[in-house]
Amino acid sequence: MEDLDRLQRDTVGYFLRAANLDSGLIADSSRTGAPCSIAATGLGLAAYVVGAERGFLPRREAAARTLTALRFFRDSRQGEEMDATGHRGFYYHFLDMKTGRRMWQCELSTIDTTILIAGALTSGMYFSAAADDEPEIRELARFLYERVDWPWAAAGGLLVRMGWKPEAGFQSYGWEGYSEAMLLYILGLGSPTHPLPAESYDAWTRTYQWENLYDIEFLFASPLFMHQLSHVWIDFRGIQDAFMREKRSDYFENSRRATAVQQQYAMRNPLRFKGYGEHCWGTTAGLGPGFSKQRLEGGIERQFYGYVARGVPFGPDDGTLAPWAVAASLPFAPEIALAALRHFRDVHPEVLSADGLLTSFNPSFETGDGSHRGWLSPEHHGLDQGPVALMIENHRSGLLWRLMRECPAIVTGLRRAGFRKGWLRSSHR
Amino acid sequence: MNEADRTESRAALLPSDAYDAQALANTRPSDWKNPQPAPNYNLVVLGAGTAGLVTAAGAAALGAKVALVEKNLLGGDCLNFGCVPSKALLRAARFHTDLHHAPRFAGSAPVSSQPDFAAAMERMRRLRAHLSRHDSAKRFQALGVDVFLGAAAFADRRTVEVAGATLKFQKAVVATGTRAARPPIEGLEVAGYLTNETVFNLTERPRRLLVIGGGPLGCELAQAFARLGCEVIIANRERYFLPGEERDAAEILADALRRDGIEVRLNTEVKSVTSVGGEKRVCLVNDNQESTVAVDEILAGVGRVPNVEGLNLEAAGVEYDHEHGVRVNDYLQTRNRRIYAAGDVALERKYTHMADATARIVIQNALFWGRKKLSSLTIPWCTYTDPEIAHVGLYVRECCERGFPFKTFTVPMSDVDRAVLDGEEEGFVKIHVREGTDAILGATIVARHAGEMINEISLAMVAGIGLKTVSQVIHSYPTQAEAIRKAGDAYNRTRLSPFLKALSRRWLAWSR
Repeated sequence: MEDLDRLQRDTVGYFLRAANLDSGLIADSSRTGAPCSIAATGLGLAAYVVGAERGFLPRREAAARTLTALRFFRDSRQGEEMDATGHRGFYYHFLDMKTGRRMWQCELSTIDTTILIAGALTSGMYFSAAADDEPEIRELARFLYERVDWPWAAAGGLLVRMGWKPEAGFQSYGWEGYSEAMLLYILGLGSPTHPLPAESYDAWTRTYQWENLYDIEFLFASPLFMHQLSHVWIDFRGIQDAFMREKRSDYFENSRRATAVQQQYAMRNPLRFKGYGEHCWGTTAGLGPGFSKQRLEGGIERQFYGYVARGVPFGPDDGTLAPWAVAASLPFAPEIALAALRHFRDVHPEVLSADGLLTSFNPSFETGDGSHRGWLSPEHHGLDQGPVALMIENHRSGLLWRLMRECPAIVTGLRRAGFRKGWLRSSHR
Repeated sequence: MNEADRTESRAALLPSDAYDAQALANTRPSDWKNPQPAPNYNLVVLGAGTAGLVTAAGAAALGAKVALVEKNLLGGDCLNFGCVPSKALLRAARFHTDLHHAPRFAGSAPVSSQPDFAAAMERMRRLRAHLSRHDSAKRFQALGVDVFLGAAAFADRRTVEVAGATLKFQKAVVATGTRAARPPIEGLEVAGYLTNETVFNLTERPRRLLVIGGGPLGCELAQAFARLGCEVIIANRERYFLPGEERDAAEILADALRRDGIEVRLNTEVKSVTSVGGEKRVCLVNDNQESTVAVDEILAGVGRVPNVEGLNLEAAGVEYDHEHGVRVNDYLQTRNRRIYAAGDVALERKYTHMADATARIVIQNALFWGRKKLSSLTIPWCTYTDPEIAHVGLYVRECCERGFPFKTFTVPMSDVDRAVLDGEEEGFVKIHVREGTDAILGATIVARHAGEMINEISLAMVAGIGLKTVSQVIHSYPTQAEAIRKAGDAYNRTRLSPFLKALSRRWLAWSR
């Protein structure tokens, strides 16, 4: 527990270091000059809550940082201009850390906005005092959420599109099949101002794949983070939608099984990468050694990748593991996740630093520098650090789940998606 | 160029090497003399591709008087411009890839031989010529079929005219197939491009090739050409290859193509082509963002167009349109109940084995008052990339749309001993069953030999065999098809409920 506490403190520290104190925006990664990622900012807002609760930073400071960010999003430019901060209540994926203007030609991102809004709503639920900055935080969280025009992002259909650009309009594809976008649909359905139709949720679940793999039955999604991100905020224990009622399971149990599948895959290690085993797993989206080929032991030629959505059991898998994704599995499968974290500490200490867990590492990749450690991610990412800090908290106290069980947006969204039973039965929201 | 000119020119396009001359002697003999027409035919078959040949041979074997009319090459697309040449080329490409992976198997250095593109193409033509014997005009003549070479057209509801001859029929079959669609891309016609009808005539390797279309043809040939030493870019309008296939399968394929060095451009339209200094510059658009690539050749595989022109189908009362081809009912009858259609010209699923299956239906329905239905067929198909992607029955999406609960049993090929020993662990077997039963609804297999493996599941579906029985079938060890039995075993383990497990434990404890 001591180790977990330290890891959580170090990880919250990422957000304290990565924030711009004038704009409140949080950097995508620890790389020098990295732009703001709105998803990292959303995770950071929730990390401030955890930090305040754990005493990693004073509540007043957490509130002040939160308020700076929320005011920034309220005041920044919304519109069709190419360098606006957002449009229709959504925000561009990457923003200039100081000015908040759109970076490059990135897309207005529906999923990253979702994570930002989830962070804002967390702040709104936590900072409930009547004094100081806290009433304004609640007001701004509500304002930002209610400004998001979810049906617009469905572009006349049922599925919410992945993105939009002023130069090109909507991206061609919508969110469907199981993934982290569960959170997007719940928030979209729960909106009092611009709600998605209930049919959107049916369309989203229509391409679900329920699979029996390694004798484990679960709702399939290949990269591990897809089973985690919605669960940072939503306590899915014991509540069921129509699909899970039919399968006699729930999404929390599903993530537990998905974690077990990851472990099983690593134990089988079909591509025979170094390090993989019972306590060394965690295949998900993230940075890798780069697009190149190497001939490994046994003359096997393997393809390596840069930033891709790695997954199991059908890949892509290039031997890159994400320790943070193991930490983010703690609430679902504490026994195997804790054992894996201990393994990383003892066998791969290089993946732990004063800044928290590395984004990823690859013991199979020959770096040519004479070391036998393989490749190590040169930076930390907000999108990885957030789930570590927040899921450790859910594992320890369930704080975020408890807060969000009272959040009207979540409760309404879940009910409109057809969720019943469990804690929803006794929710008065 | 009108339609007749275009299709006539196809035969002339084949290079006049010895192998092609041999093939032409079989499939379009220059000295062929059309026979004297019989007064009345039981069956007149228009088109001598797979559907036409199977219909004609089957009907003649049963004693029918049959006329077979072909305006181009006997053997149709499959033999001349489709399955046969492409698979010959894929085999050569696979061989070169295996050479590259020599260190993995034999511990030697990688074999660095540059693929001999011209030799691979020559081998393809040699094998095509060899197989063309089965589809030769003389062979069909010997089977008792009157073979007419020339363009056929209906004169009325019971008469076909070809090369000055009049063929009266009791029944007729339209089996004229399809041809490659011309992509409506600005500048493409002027710059020039290849289709499946011309790509196999290449004798020199194009250094840089753009493949337009991520369907089976585009993916297979993109991979083959890349493995034979071309720099290949593939542009696919959709986000995934092989529209309609399971997403996991399409993602594995995209990954495999990238590993072969292919530049994969998904969700990408080809906007325009210009010829500049001997190269073709192609403007690609991805989410409205434009980029330009330069290539030496372009291969278009963007769909098929039914061959319905020039047949005077109106005179015969046969309904058709230029997109979907001849309209048929479930018994493969056209609006003129004496006239049937078979193969690509009438089918959504354009496969040689479908052409064969529909030809068999037509023989029974047209000649013997049969009531065989198209909808009752269980149809597998396969894309012969490496790994291969095969499917039969329903997809996940179709299962969901039909609204019944189902689950999928998934066996990664890496869990199958023989696949591991062969170094062919990529892929999976996925079998969908109705929830609470072992009834197989459909399956997708991604494996190096998926096309061979899918037949077992097709057999199970046709015979009404469930996963439980599949598990009881002894499979030779070690074989890759064991993956299918493993899915059956996984199903059986789900039947062992906690209650049954407890009961079994108590019984065994008591028995000790």
